[in-house]
Amino acid sequence: MSRPGFVLEVDDRTPPLLVHNGEGFKLERFPLGTRVIYPPESLPAVRDVEEAIQNALLNPLESEPLPELLYAGMRLTIAFDDISIPLPPMQKPDIRQRIIEAVLTMAADAGVDDVELISANALHRRLTPNELRDIVGERVFRSFYPDGKLYNFDAEDRDNLSHLGQTRHGEDVEISKRAAESDLLVYVNVNLVAMDGGHKSTSIGLASYKSLKHHHNSHTMIHSRSFMDHKASKMHESAWRMGEVLTQHVKVFQIETSLNNDIFGGPLQFLQKREWEWSIKDQASFLATKRALDIAPPKLRHKIFTETKSHYGLTGINAGKIEPVHDRTLEMVHRQHLVEVQGQSDVAIMGVPFVGPYNVNSVMNPILAACMGLGYYFNSYRGNPVVRKDGAVILYHPVDYEFSQLHHPSYVDFFEEVLSESTDPATIEAKFEKQYAEDPWYIHLYRTSNAYHGVHPFYMWYWISHALDHCGDIVWVGANRKTVERMGFRSASTLQDALEMVSHSVGRSPSITYLHNPPHLLADVR
Amino acid sequence: MMLALEMYRSPAKFLAAKAMGSRIPSLLTGPAAPLRLVTINEPKADKDGWARIRPILSGICGSDLGMVTGHTKLYFSALVSLPFVPGHEIVGELLDDCEDLPKGTRVVMDSVLTCAARGVEPCDGCASGHTNLCDRITVGHVAPGLQTGFCSDTGGGWGNVMVAHRSQLYAVPDGLSDERAVLTEPLAGAVHTALRAKIEPGQSVLVSGAGAVGLFATLALRELTQAGRITVVAKHARQRELARAFGASDVVAPDEVFRGVRRATGAFRLKPEMNAKEFLLGGVDVAVDAVGSKESIDTVLRVTKAGGRVVLAGMPSTGADLSPVWFRELELTGTYASSRGEPNDRPAFETALEIAAKAPLDGIVGARYPLYRWREALDHAQSAGRLGTVKVAFDVRAS
Repeated sequence: MSRPGFVLEVDDRTPPLLVHNGEGFKLERFPLGTRVIYPPESLPAVRDVEEAIQNALLNPLESEPLPELLYAGMRLTIAFDDISIPLPPMQKPDIRQRIIEAVLTMAADAGVDDVELISANALHRRLTPNELRDIVGERVFRSFYPDGKLYNFDAEDRDNLSHLGQTRHGEDVEISKRAAESDLLVYVNVNLVAMDGGHKSTSIGLASYKSLKHHHNSHTMIHSRSFMDHKASKMHESAWRMGEVLTQHVKVFQIETSLNNDIFGGPLQFLQKREWEWSIKDQASFLATKRALDIAPPKLRHKIFTETKSHYGLTGINAGKIEPVHDRTLEMVHRQHLVEVQGQSDVAIMGVPFVGPYNVNSVMNPILAACMGLGYYFNSYRGNPVVRKDGAVILYHPVDYEFSQLHHPSYVDFFEEVLSESTDPATIEAKFEKQYAEDPWYIHLYRTSNAYHGVHPFYMWYWISHALDHCGDIVWVGANRKTVERMGFRSASTLQDALEMVSHSVGRSPSITYLHNPPHLLADVR
Repeated sequence: MMLALEMYRSPAKFLAAKAMGSRIPSLLTGPAAPLRLVTINEPKADKDGWARIRPILSGICGSDLGMVTGHTKLYFSALVSLPFVPGHEIVGELLDDCEDLPKGTRVVMDSVLTCAARGVEPCDGCASGHTNLCDRITVGHVAPGLQTGFCSDTGGGWGNVMVAHRSQLYAVPDGLSDERAVLTEPLAGAVHTALRAKIEPGQSVLVSGAGAVGLFATLALRELTQAGRITVVAKHARQRELARAFGASDVVAPDEVFRGVRRATGAFRLKPEMNAKEFLLGGVDVAVDAVGSKESIDTVLRVTKAGGRVVLAGMPSTGADLSPVWFRELELTGTYASSRGEPNDRPAFETALEIAAKAPLDGIVGARYPLYRWREALDHAQSAGRLGTVKVAFDVRAS
């Protein structure tokens, strides 16, 4: 039986607590009285995954069983979540592979031979063949990839997009032509956090910039309170409206999965545990890992973390109509992540880890570090932010000036050019977004290489707009001063210094909350 | 007799500067400098149209430094007559009446020693008003020398007295300070560069270099053309500030040129094998090299769009890879000094005097030295960018 999440109050018996710090960790002594939010322990995993998949496909919610939707001569498209989830990536076999194989088996039994598989990467980078293989498995890859039937979605391929109409708010719904013209679109989702899935899957994953800009903008994102609560998120409202239009044109069979919190295993097992419960072995593992990481050259350290794969367990799988399926999924996600927290605090502290959705097999550049901390972690709440209005956020990450020219070419320009002019999301949106979105070089790299779309860094910055608007002070501990300053933040050498720096806005004895994640949590702030 | 800094022939110092100058920069303005402070006879103004001038301020130009430090190509050795007194950026006072200009008039000087100054029949260049293209700069009744300041007969601004021909002189308006007037010659060069660049309305321009040549070129481009986006490559903080004040749309660091230009123009960026220098497909319409180094010329050639124009405004000192000129069919244009017959049908100096009067040039002459502190002055000029100075000048009156 797994234990629920809980809130610890630091007292004089509390040991130093682990804080994620990019490609490394710290042990930090927090001030007395600091609230520490621990995620729930991992829920028990489904024992027989194959059986659960079969059960979901044959007993879907508000839909005919999948075999009844399949027939010879039909056009079947299977779209699946890209490499941005789960985080860290999943050990093989990926759950998507197992679901896709089951769907393809049923399709073959029904005589369906017009099948295409699309990675729903929207404006994310194209996956490499190896990355696609890791998700769909060797058999599916070999059967479909060489014939061009397994591919990355291309949001800039104008000839292969379909405009399905507009929502009642005038939002364009433009998605993959192949998906739009299919007799059935099966969407295979991995729901890592509450933000994922539902109408966000197809309406966003297979959409073009023309469609995405309606909800990926500074105004919508500043009014998403939070991304992890789709009923209070303007971005999700927009996606849901688009979903209404989309489902009038496209028959979607949604398959959603939820995972448990088994993120770290092997020598990193101690990261799953509460510090006062570390065994001698855990303590030795921590010390050995920390020492090794401290002396390892950056490339080796990066390699160690890049190769970290998680042994997630499946906690649920549901299929059928999008809304009821997503409701069921959220129930499981909430069971795994929700922690009840009483009231807000003056200061929130977060450790930004080595990986976020957009730097899998890549580098966490400063913008992505900001997005991970102030976009994802700050928004890991339901009800109210963990930190009060005009409070302070303190983050841990080195925020090195490091960019991948392969994956994030427009990020470099965004950092150098856009942020040097303004850090205000609305200002940069008005002045620069269109230029970057239409830059032919970025479009070329997005379409032919493995680069995120030119507009992507803007989305990352909008992602943090709620935090920028809400917080009075944002300070990074142990970060590169120059990179942090460029983003409009400040850097402190230690937690004590950071608290000193924010004391003018939160006082000398602020209430402090530390979000002890990953593993993932969702603070239900009452 | 007068006090002057004299450039003299010294193969040993030239070779020492070549061999050790890059490793020991202080050599270049120290023991290896083929320059000396001497008391010599004043130059004579005994031909029609010539008059003596007492320099007030005399700027130190990149070409002067190139000559002193041995960086100038030997190509130019046939165009000078040693020993000579350097200094061609001057504001001075006439010591004699000079045709219609009375004694005591403050003047600035177009330093090119043209057919008119040399007393020969006008060559094609001079006849058509392109006086900077004069073909007779080594003949006539004046010793060889492409300009005053490189000629053994005329003296130069780095001495107490020099001579000039009426065709070279422009009276300085009363309201114009000496500090602004001394900038007229480099400004005239910038006017010439801006007009030679033949910029169509809205075209994008890159100016590589933010020393005096680059900054004044930026100023002239903004003033005289309808250029669209002007990107300036600047190393130092003060240069960045001034580039913006002079009309740059944006400023990039030298290691940011490819990224910045690519962003500004939507070009494609290519990286050849084996760490060869990258280049753009697409890029700016017109690029102005205001440095003259191999690095800078290589860069401007690589960021100019196919069919575009590259203007060499800095004195080129070393060879560059011309592959882009061939492959992208670039138009490569030099701009040297300035002429009386610019494309706007006015002498460049007239336009330059107007710019000197209204442009934000206060503080551009950042340091003034007497002649006897010439080593310090040259040191300062060598490091002007780093020290936040645009123009270092000799205050000849104080010498």
